[in-house]
Amino acid sequence: MQSQNFVLKFQKELCETCPTYDCLTRCQYLNIDTKTAEREIRKLLNGEDSFVLHECVTCYACEEYCKRGNHPFYLITDLQEKKGILPAPKPIVKQWVNLGIPDKKDIPHFYGAEEPVISLCLFPDFVDSISGKLFQGVSIVLGRHFFCNLVYLHFGKPSLIRERLPKIIENIASHGFKEVVFFHDECYSTFTSYADAYDIKVPFRPVHLFEYLYNRLKELKDEIKPLNVRIAYQRNCSTRLTPEKEHYLDKIFELLGVERVERKYDRENALCCGGIIRALQKLELFVEVQKKNVEDMKKAKAEYCVFNCPACYSSLAERVRKEGIKPIMLHQLCKLALREEPR
Amino acid sequence: MDKIYKALAEIVGEEFVSNRKEELYIYSRDSGLSEPRFPDYVVMPRTVEEVQKIIQLANKEKIHVVPAGASLSLSGLTIPQKGGIVIDMRRMDRILELNRKGRYVVLEAGVTQGKLQAFLEENAPDLCHSLPEAPPSATVVGNLVIHGQGNLTQAYGFNSSMISGLEVVLPNGEICRIGSCSLSPYWFSIEPLPYLAGLFLGWFGTTGVITKVGLRLYPKKKLRDVELFVLEDPKLVSEVIYRVTHTEMAEDITTVAQPYPLMFQGTIMIGIYLTGDTEEELEFKRRLIWSSLSELIKAKEGGFMALTPDMKVGFLEKPMSSLTRSADILKGGGFVYCGAIIPIEKFPEALKKLFEIAERNGVTFAHTGRVIGRGHCMMFAFAYPFNRADLERMEKAKRALFDSYVATLEIGGVPWKPGAEEQKLILERMDKNSVELIKRIRELLDPNKIMNPGNWEVEL
Repeated sequence: MQSQNFVLKFQKELCETCPTYDCLTRCQYLNIDTKTAEREIRKLLNGEDSFVLHECVTCYACEEYCKRGNHPFYLITDLQEKKGILPAPKPIVKQWVNLGIPDKKDIPHFYGAEEPVISLCLFPDFVDSISGKLFQGVSIVLGRHFFCNLVYLHFGKPSLIRERLPKIIENIASHGFKEVVFFHDECYSTFTSYADAYDIKVPFRPVHLFEYLYNRLKELKDEIKPLNVRIAYQRNCSTRLTPEKEHYLDKIFELLGVERVERKYDRENALCCGGIIRALQKLELFVEVQKKNVEDMKKAKAEYCVFNCPACYSSLAERVRKEGIKPIMLHQLCKLALREEPR
Repeated sequence: MDKIYKALAEIVGEEFVSNRKEELYIYSRDSGLSEPRFPDYVVMPRTVEEVQKIIQLANKEKIHVVPAGASLSLSGLTIPQKGGIVIDMRRMDRILELNRKGRYVVLEAGVTQGKLQAFLEENAPDLCHSLPEAPPSATVVGNLVIHGQGNLTQAYGFNSSMISGLEVVLPNGEICRIGSCSLSPYWFSIEPLPYLAGLFLGWFGTTGVITKVGLRLYPKKKLRDVELFVLEDPKLVSEVIYRVTHTEMAEDITTVAQPYPLMFQGTIMIGIYLTGDTEEELEFKRRLIWSSLSELIKAKEGGFMALTPDMKVGFLEKPMSSLTRSADILKGGGFVYCGAIIPIEKFPEALKKLFEIAERNGVTFAHTGRVIGRGHCMMFAFAYPFNRADLERMEKAKRALFDSYVATLEIGGVPWKPGAEEQKLILERMDKNSVELIKRIRELLDPNKIMNPGNWEVEL
């Protein structure tokens, strides 16, 4: 199925009548005032070139800032591609494009065959961590055959997502799974927000890891020993596409007995982990954003930095560790509360 | 018992000499694709005097001698082409002196890379030597004799240019010292005396047996990091290297191009290693390196790849064990390469040749490379893995390897550590007077033609 079959559900008039232009004025990286925002949005709506298309760091946040249910970020990425604007250098984009191609030699990986099923996307290193009481009886799938491809939003290649997604959906659906728990937030957001925005049908229910963890922790409530630690939470980019599941997070933290510290760069005001900013070759901004973020965690006296996304962990864990804050993935934190070794 | 065996046993003791087939088997081959050839004896001396006596015996009996370290050249340089005695130097494995302030170490010829690395980590953690991408069992002198390279080669040149003194047993049995150690107790420099070291480096043991070496050490910074700059256009590689070497901020610069994993297909990765004693130093260097490539980044022609911490661990390991795994991509433990020393501007041509050779011979390939000096030249490896159980593939890899040597010469490069057959290719193309000089030097030093025959052999 070709990508051109899928058209973004976008209501131009919602932007034209927007009183705030939050999508651009709240951007933490471009420093845009209301007047400029209005002008640039009109350009985008008319399909014209705008500095926004060239300087966007692809943090996805404008999708969340838009309270009118429109899709400013998807519009930006579609326009970038249409105009041949590559946010990253060509060879970097090429490597990422290559990364997601299901090779003939690729073997779909299955661990177990029964539901509940967790998709680990392209993160084989986490297979061993899907264990213990928290994941008892869970089957795992991973590999390129299940790779959501949403990452191409960062690289000006959104049509690749739409080109590959039907096949990925087919791969998953062919196993007859009614529900699939997505370990990687990006996968969940692909099969919900992105698929919906382009009217791509998903014949199974995507379940976010938060929802799974929350339900499981409730079942194991009596076995939880509160951790009594202060944690800073690092949001990842794709959570901006599906903020509706964020409420689970606070409930999980409550069950674990941890305090999510109040800090400047949390929730809607969260900062990017920096990984993608570096991939877009903005070294100075990368250093600045990570510094601001980690200093904010330190100021709030966080003992742990909790990650939801393995890519964010890769990007930021070493940096927070150097500042004396322990990096940990959310599911590993849950395991700690169950007194299990976080592998 | 034959008289040579008995004489060798008298020199080194019976347990350190052998003519048993199963032990000679080990010395009859290396890990490459050269034809196996058996020695008649293998002997393991402990001292320079024992080496001297072995050489004197060989002269008397007119028997060939092949000095060997760990025999890891992959091009058959220690395979005895015409039988004789293999002198396995690995019992001479003492580190004799560490001069910390003078930044050099004196060691015997059998000291391995792993032993020296471990010794320095324990005794001089702020110093290091230029470590090649070789197994820890490779000997230091083995690497020097073949003009090997290591992680400090970009900054200081070939590892052989880091030698500060030599002790050699000449083919006539005389013991000779080269450099400051020939007139002083200190092994600090080969220069400013006549450059006699050149008589023993790159000669593959045809001009004498190196028994001791003075080796320069360099500051070892506390922190080390790596950046991978990715390109599609091979023509830009020399530009990137020129710009990065101009900053003088990199420790090591390497190149990689390979079809697998798929992610890397069609791209060239330039590994830029940087070191610092503090985070500030490291970040300062990183900024200068990024800044030197800003035009290429802006033009979207190249960019720095995001490396996960796991990937970094692999790239920063010294030596990189991941290379062993990628060398064995076809399984079966077979891997050969032609290391071409080429001008960096020839990179695109060499890469094109590699693709052509791989396609023509139907073999899997990989390229790795290392910048030598501040961009003065580079080692470009045409590498071919194969499965030893698959004779057809082995034969194909052998043909591809030979083609690579020819290609190296065609593009104006010089094959590194060539085997006996490839040395002939070089000599055929070499200036006649240079060839004549090689011949005369060999005749002068080794009138009985006992030293590693088949290597640098000029047939007139």
